[in-house]
Amino acid sequence: MAANEEEAVKYVWEGAIPLQIHLHKSEVASHPPPPPALVLAPRIGYLPLLVHLIKPYFKDSLPPGEDSIWFDYKGLPLKWYIPTGVLFDLLCAEPERPWNLTIHFRGYPSNVLIPCEGEDSIKWNFVNSLKEAAYIINGNCKNVMNMSQSDQEDLWTSVMNGDLDAYTRLSPKIKMENIEDEFSRKASVSSPQSRQGGTEIDVAGQVKTARVPVRLYVRSVSKDFENLEDVPEMDTWDEISYLNRPVEFLRKEGSNFIILKMRCTVLMIFTWLYGKCFTLRDAIESLLPEYIRDRAQTSGEEGEQRTTDASDVSQETRGELKLVRIQGIEMKLEIPFSWVVNNLMNPEFYLHVSVLVKEPQR
Amino acid sequence: MDSAGEVLNDGKITLEGFTVAARAFADKWKRHNLSFPSWSWVPLINRTLLKKEECYLSLEKIIILSSLEGSAEEESLGVTADWWEKEESIDHTVLVQNVEDEAHYYDYHIVYSASYMVPMLYFRGYSSDGKPLSLDVIKRDLPSSSVSLLLESKWTFITQEEHPYLNRPWFKLHPCGTEEWIKLLSESSSSDGCQMPVELYLVSWFSVVGQVVGLRTPLEMLI
Repeated sequence: MAANEEEAVKYVWEGAIPLQIHLHKSEVASHPPPPPALVLAPRIGYLPLLVHLIKPYFKDSLPPGEDSIWFDYKGLPLKWYIPTGVLFDLLCAEPERPWNLTIHFRGYPSNVLIPCEGEDSIKWNFVNSLKEAAYIINGNCKNVMNMSQSDQEDLWTSVMNGDLDAYTRLSPKIKMENIEDEFSRKASVSSPQSRQGGTEIDVAGQVKTARVPVRLYVRSVSKDFENLEDVPEMDTWDEISYLNRPVEFLRKEGSNFIILKMRCTVLMIFTWLYGKCFTLRDAIESLLPEYIRDRAQTSGEEGEQRTTDASDVSQETRGELKLVRIQGIEMKLEIPFSWVVNNLMNPEFYLHVSVLVKEPQR
Repeated sequence: MDSAGEVLNDGKITLEGFTVAARAFADKWKRHNLSFPSWSWVPLINRTLLKKEECYLSLEKIIILSSLEGSAEEESLGVTADWWEKEESIDHTVLVQNVEDEAHYYDYHIVYSASYMVPMLYFRGYSSDGKPLSLDVIKRDLPSSSVSLLLESKWTFITQEEHPYLNRPWFKLHPCGTEEWIKLLSESSSSDGCQMPVELYLVSWFSVVGQVVGLRTPLEMLI
């Protein structure tokens, strides 16, 4: 694996969010009430997997009965199958550290949340997402179906334990096709283990169509805001538009480019291109064309005008991308999309993107 | 008509094709399935973020009688008769008045999956007071053939997942293998090797999938 790719993957796997978990007051059966549990939650993990760390703090306080565990953030029940890091990026416009969550051991809101029967449910959800990603990338999920049961188990265990070494050893067995990373291809020694994506090569071999698994979580606000802390809180999940849809793009072979790499606290790479490169902005626009303000209008350039589907819509009626977060990083939209995918995706080969948009004025 | 969307060679369908196929399906259903309520095409008008006319087909408030022979606790896998045969000969309004407590209501949504490029069936059941039915209760309303399939594989046949648009738990028929049997259907039904016309895609799909949940597709629709 190329050096900068390794660094990015480590960054993703080591990402964690400090949680401060409070027992819901209706379930406190002891006096004094127990202090909150402090837990470091892996970004690529899932909240129910933390229960064994949390429960010891509260078991003496719980009323008698069977557990049916769920979490809420400011009253919003949390969907357990969304990776913890994605929940944080989406629900906390202004990142809250530690992140204060409430845990419940009773009264599962089954009219709103699908049931969670412990680790099995989460594993099933993970494998299912992996199959869906495989379908998008390879065109079928035979690669996952053909994995031995023990390999699937080991893969899941490596994710559950945050064991990147084990995962790296196992991931070639998944046989996921590659998205050639336009950026790294020229910059580094080509590695046989470059990560996912799927391409169909047409007859000429010049133009490739890639289908990339993306899960887009979009929050919209009606008014502009100065600071992130002014973003209103979410009351229901109906305020989020969830788009589980692959990004498709054509890639031209043989584009030359010059790379300038800037080192910062987070890994940001800026690219000048000779030929056109499919950027993160392009990817998001392809999923939300109604919402992106024409860039030329904001910067005043006449030059390379970007046209969208709704190019006849006046500026006032367009929405605006305020914030795009992936793995907790506020993304520069000009980064090549293939780099973003190969370096910032989750272990199930999905790229989770949290987006905050300002609604178009009507 | 065909240029609007295409059935792909491998049994999959594009979003455009799904839109055409869905309208054709709803039309034919209305014409040939007079004893049934019709499917409606639900645009996601609140979801202003969606780029195209994202919609799904909806058939709601279908009444299935729970087993009248025994109590609710009985294991009635074999006892429940093929309910749809009963449906056709009985007046619906009379049924509801007499057996309101026993009636189970079902909603069915046909939603396009961009990942699998095939349609997917979501459904849920609820009693007359709106309380959702558990999978155990729903199983009793399913044809017995479906139930044995369910027993064989818990995780891969009917699963409880979140509805892609409604933020609520629904049941979903797993789409695995859909494009394969559609391809088979398409090959076996065309004598001259032509592609299945897009208008018949959903009809063919539903003729198989509907049976799993006990919804019959009249043969006239398949022409």
